[in-house]
Amino acid sequence: MALNKEQMLDLYRRMRTIREFEETVAKFFSQGQIPGFVHLYIGEEAVATGVCANLEKQDYIASTHRGHGHGIARGASLNKMMAEIFGKIDGECKGKGGSMHIADVELGFLGANGIVGAGLPLATGAAFAAKYMKTNGVAVCFFGDGASNRGTFHESLNMASIQKLPVIFVNENNMYGISMCQERHQNISDIADRAASYGIPGMVVDGNDIMAVYEAAEEAVKRARAGGGPVLIECKTYRHHGHFEGDACIYRSDEEVNAWKAKDPLPRFANRLQEMKMATETEINQIDTEVKKVIADAVEFAQNSPVPTLDELTKDVYCD
Amino acid sequence: MAEMTYSQAINEALAEEMVRDEKVYILGEDVGAFGGCFGVTTGLFEKFGGGRVIDSPISETAIMGSAVGAAVAGLRPVPEIMFIDFLGVCLDELVNQAAKMRFMFGGKAKVPLTLRTACGAGVGAAAQHSQSLEAWICHVPGLKVVMPSTAADAKGLLKSAIRDDNPVVFIEHKALYGAMGEVPEGEYTIPLGKADIKRAGKDVTILAYSMMLHKALAAAETLAQEGIEAEVIDPRTLVPFDKETLYKSIEKTGRLVIVHEAVKQGGFGGEIAAMVAEECFDFLDAPIKRVAAPFAPIPFASNLEAEYIPDEAKIIAAVKSFF
Repeated sequence: MALNKEQMLDLYRRMRTIREFEETVAKFFSQGQIPGFVHLYIGEEAVATGVCANLEKQDYIASTHRGHGHGIARGASLNKMMAEIFGKIDGECKGKGGSMHIADVELGFLGANGIVGAGLPLATGAAFAAKYMKTNGVAVCFFGDGASNRGTFHESLNMASIQKLPVIFVNENNMYGISMCQERHQNISDIADRAASYGIPGMVVDGNDIMAVYEAAEEAVKRARAGGGPVLIECKTYRHHGHFEGDACIYRSDEEVNAWKAKDPLPRFANRLQEMKMATETEINQIDTEVKKVIADAVEFAQNSPVPTLDELTKDVYCD
Repeated sequence: MAEMTYSQAINEALAEEMVRDEKVYILGEDVGAFGGCFGVTTGLFEKFGGGRVIDSPISETAIMGSAVGAAVAGLRPVPEIMFIDFLGVCLDELVNQAAKMRFMFGGKAKVPLTLRTACGAGVGAAAQHSQSLEAWICHVPGLKVVMPSTAADAKGLLKSAIRDDNPVVFIEHKALYGAMGEVPEGEYTIPLGKADIKRAGKDVTILAYSMMLHKALAAAETLAQEGIEAEVIDPRTLVPFDKETLYKSIEKTGRLVIVHEAVKQGGFGGEIAAMVAEECFDFLDAPIKRVAAPFAPIPFASNLEAEYIPDEAKIIAAVKSFF
């Protein structure tokens, strides 16, 4: 489906927002203002953006430990996400979840997850609920190459295929599970090949090409909504930063990192938009400026928010 | 009052709740037309169809995990894990996802699922099909744990569990499925977190649950003939635990014997004993005793299994040691 200028610029804005958010988190993390660990999505923006642009209000996504990009793409509040990462009461989860457990269920964001591969059954269940309640909804599961080796992958794709559930499995193959590169952790190159084992379609997509991701996801979502069952989309991509902030990345070469940075989805799309005469350099710069302001506002919101009161320790363990 | 088996009572609870709320559904292995491995879901497939009574592949991880996802998305799943011994296959889904989502998401999610599973030894099913693993789950904030001992309790508690917006683990005893009991007619529920004094007495408190409740009652009958009146308390729900009923009883009797089929070391009885020692010490006239299984896997040979499971004689011996 052809997108108009406004829609195309919106895709760019979303990616730019994720990039700016993550680089800002990196900065404040390095200054010691953010507790715990953060796992940044820099370089992978086209995957979350291209997929989520196809979703509607009733749809769900299940995310990973590298979930800020998914949340932003799904439309979660930047202020509340930043405050959550800072561990403040005005965060999405009152500061009780942190970076790896950010969620907004009402928005259809089933949460980032600290357990690799945990999102696969969750998304399968959300898809089951959509089918059961006839919401016309779909569920999307984002998961990495590392996660594709977990039993949850096998059981979820098998169950989704036999139950013909409206779930789209989006594999973000960034070639590494922490320090293990793909050729050391699995005997295959294309994770999409595994789709055949479940009798479902599988496809490989350039995960750094926002339009390619958008189009593949569009088709998969349409098919799922029409009752065609699950699909596995493998997006080849790369994370610019380490597995976590502070990761020395001794397991990969500068050459490899630079080769992938040359395929950065953001400038790639910005150039494409200009080539297609869909945007001028001025318009792109204008978006960049607006995004910077919005993120700066989010930081201010987070820094001004108080820490949770001690009674929050025992609240929300149970529903009353 | 109607007479029915523990299994039939559970079946009735499921059917009634599925009629009452269309969001309730069952997912498990062989639960559909086969009626369940123990026959508990017999007839439900015919009554509600394959859209609500769903046969799953052998995939405990996906059974449990998809139930969590569906629950957060608005349904009220009643997944079944055939034997509690299989919990290891889906522990992450129960402990790290179901139990913690509400808290981690700052109260913005709920996981209203009821996990049904079967525990218990005595049928020669051996080490990997006979365990009582409630202690594992009682240790996880965010879960509720129910272990009914009678048909009437099973029905009323299961209905409450299904209506509860929290993840509840409902542990049935496989050797109790055929046990007959009187069940009230008509609509009734039993609240979670409320113990039941199954036998009143003044000389000693015996706290016992699941199959052990029946052994404790039998022991109490024998003890009564020797002039020792035991008060038998069935907690019914382990988490949240009804301390008030237990403490009131200890205040009266001054002596406590805890009986569970699970292994003694690390068992939930240790938690109860510590709780009582911390909060009820002044009323104790004697050390707390626990009657539980030895620290070994459940053996296959019938004579060994019989020795393994705590019985009437062991309970009587524990009580008599006070006098």
